[in-house]
Amino acid sequence: MIERPDTAVPSIAQRNLEGYVGFANLPNQVYRKSVKRGFEFTLMVVGESGLGKSTLINSLFLTDLYSKDYPGPSQRIKKTVQVEQSKVLIKEGGVQLTLTIVDTPGFGDAVDNSNCWQPVINYIDSKFEDFLNAESRVNRRSMPDNRVHCCLYFIAPSGHGLKPLDIEFMKRLHDKVNVIPLIAKADTLTPEECQLFKKQIMKEIQEHKIKIYEFPDTEDDEDNKLIRKIKEKMPLAVVGSNVVVEVNGKKVRGRQYPWGVAEEGIFVENGEHCDFTVLRNMLIRTHMQDLKDVTNNVHYENYRSKKLAAVTCNGVDTTKTKGQLTKSPLAQMEEERREHVMKMKKMEAEMEQVFEMKVKEKKQKLKDSEAELERRHEQMKRNLEAQYKELEEKRRVFEDEKANWEAQQRILEQQKLDASKTMEKNKKKGKIF
Amino acid sequence: MASSDVARQPDQGTRPLSLAGHVGFDSLPDQLVNKSITQGFCFNILCIGETGIGKSTLMDTLFNTNFENFESSHFEPQVKLRAQTYDLQESNVRLRLTVVNTVGFGDQMNKQESYQPVVDYIDKQFETYLQEELKIKRSLHNYHDSRVHACLYFISPSGHSLKSLDLVTMKKLDSKVNIIPVIAKADTISKSELHKFKIKIMSELVSNGVQIYQFPLDDETVAKVNTTMNGHLPFAVVGSTEEVCVGNKMVKARQYPWGVVQVENEQHCDFVKLREMLICVNMEDLREQTHTRHYELYRRCKLEEMGFKDTDPECKPVSLQQTYEAKRQEFLAELQKREDEMRQVFVQRVKEKEAELKEAERELQSRFEQLKRLHADEKATLEEKRRLLDEDLSSFSKRKTAAQLLQGQSLAVNGKKDKDRKK
Repeated sequence: MIERPDTAVPSIAQRNLEGYVGFANLPNQVYRKSVKRGFEFTLMVVGESGLGKSTLINSLFLTDLYSKDYPGPSQRIKKTVQVEQSKVLIKEGGVQLTLTIVDTPGFGDAVDNSNCWQPVINYIDSKFEDFLNAESRVNRRSMPDNRVHCCLYFIAPSGHGLKPLDIEFMKRLHDKVNVIPLIAKADTLTPEECQLFKKQIMKEIQEHKIKIYEFPDTEDDEDNKLIRKIKEKMPLAVVGSNVVVEVNGKKVRGRQYPWGVAEEGIFVENGEHCDFTVLRNMLIRTHMQDLKDVTNNVHYENYRSKKLAAVTCNGVDTTKTKGQLTKSPLAQMEEERREHVMKMKKMEAEMEQVFEMKVKEKKQKLKDSEAELERRHEQMKRNLEAQYKELEEKRRVFEDEKANWEAQQRILEQQKLDASKTMEKNKKKGKIF
Repeated sequence: MASSDVARQPDQGTRPLSLAGHVGFDSLPDQLVNKSITQGFCFNILCIGETGIGKSTLMDTLFNTNFENFESSHFEPQVKLRAQTYDLQESNVRLRLTVVNTVGFGDQMNKQESYQPVVDYIDKQFETYLQEELKIKRSLHNYHDSRVHACLYFISPSGHSLKSLDLVTMKKLDSKVNIIPVIAKADTISKSELHKFKIKIMSELVSNGVQIYQFPLDDETVAKVNTTMNGHLPFAVVGSTEEVCVGNKMVKARQYPWGVVQVENEQHCDFVKLREMLICVNMEDLREQTHTRHYELYRRCKLEEMGFKDTDPECKPVSLQQTYEAKRQEFLAELQKREDEMRQVFVQRVKEKEAELKEAERELQSRFEQLKRLHADEKATLEEKRRLLDEDLSSFSKRKTAAQLLQGQSLAVNGKKDKDRKK
């Protein structure tokens, strides 16, 4: 039994510490444990062939993800859109990162590109499904997180605006993954063209209500200033290079042209060459964890609630779904069971009512029949009795008549007898005559 | 590079790569730490011990603050748990601490059910978390975790051995929570007694199969200090919020006529060791163990109880979808069955009632028949009588006629005679 202070919500008091306790060390404990566990990250790159995706990946992670031994998908001719993943383990400063790069060769390369996003969506959903199943097992062991944490979408540097394929793809994926659009091969645009292009793209993104990844504000004002600066540069324009060239005595990664070297990632005082460093800083150095968190807390939860709602709301009235989502499917079933019990009770009561009514009707009919029967019987009886009486009367009259007549006859007989007797006497006395 | 490479897919396994420069993901732990600091931390301690053994004082001393304490009496009829939550802050780290105390533990005459309220409380916190985890629309990332992360079990400083209540309680709890046994009021035991007492306690725990929390040894940075500390278990502690002047410092201590017991003096008691282990070094590990071991065990048992399995009878893996679908089918079938049963019952009743009413109808019908027959009989009787009467009437009228005829004849004869005579 638990005793809480009067309010239903536990009242939480502030307390000031008067000395050393030691939980300020908690962050270090967290740090230690996370380093021991290691990290995972899955990055997806999507874009037409030849936009420099593989080069960019190699540049971002300063490694040869795609090399002669492990050629990138761009080296292979694909007829349909494939989704391929490469897993690598990289270490830096004691921190281990298992990086999965998901590439989509063939995207946008066909003549008819309708539904070319479908394999991508299927891949993302299948990773969500794997995670959901692992999370829902009875026996849960370690759950590797293979969900796609970020999707870099490469926009061709046409300088005009987004293509219908770009818009369609981003619209379909913005609810499933963090989408970061990039302008590829930015060294074909002058800074002014680039500015215009970016503005146009952002305008179109807003028009179509596409939700690209938003860098969250932090509590630190300094960081917020930087973040706002970065937001102004969106979408980032990048140049990638696998080659190191020498510029002014410095070795840089860059692309050598007859007219100069487009450097990668170094801000030059009189203008920046491209936003590559910004991208790397944001993607890896500051917001990698946030990308994972948004994937886990928003995109995955969306997927999960849709999936589970589909299971429990089979054939159920969709107007009721709002309340159902706050329960687990089992609690949902419990509630449905209770509802059903009530429904049955009502049904039972109704049926009982109808039953009673019918019985009453029938009984009434029976009663009426009986009464009718009685009545007729009475009537007949009375009829009969009347007839009896009549008959009795008749008989009585007859008997009376008969009696009278017989009496008369007897008198007559007696008279006759007397008369004959007198005649006899007279005869005997003398036949005088 | 064409067709020959088409067949070659990237490895499914992970291959190590070397970096040509500083990429920057070594900031990942910092990113994680920043997130945790922004979110704030949360920790829940459960203190079990007899009334007056010093639970509240120790909490106050550990966290250097004054929690609201109620002195309880010895006359509680049942063991109760009282939980209080506080927001603490040390430098830039915010901690939401919940302290749960047992009230009336060990005071009843019959202590058989003493552990039950504690077990129930712990299970309830697990259950709340599980329910949240199973919801369709859930918000785990800002869920206030109320699961018990550490349980301080206060042992009475008898100097001899554990009480049976202690063993029974700890045995019930060791698979549900991290148990850290402490010897309370250690200032009543001498050093040599304490040493023997500790050995006795540990051997009793081992021989009774009680699993207490061991400080983790898997991380090299803390393995050494944890191993040492594991050897000092259980910690003998003294708590005090009063300060006494020792030397030229004010220290937390208890003043006796024979001396001053300093709480933070490692020679006097193990308080500092407890604080170090519980808070500074292993707090995060305690939370992790609670989540990955104790909670998972609870969850597994609960799900199995509810009929969930990972594989179906043919030992093929079953996904959550399938389990839910199956359960739903079962559920709907059950509801349908109940409905059908009810209808069945009604159909039965209707049949019975119909039969009853039919019977009544038949009865009525037979009565009607009977009456008809009766009536017919009476009518027949009447007819008979009538016939008789008619017969009588006709025979009488015949008689009358005959008599009249006779009379007429005789009159005629008499008249003749008379006539003759008169002549």
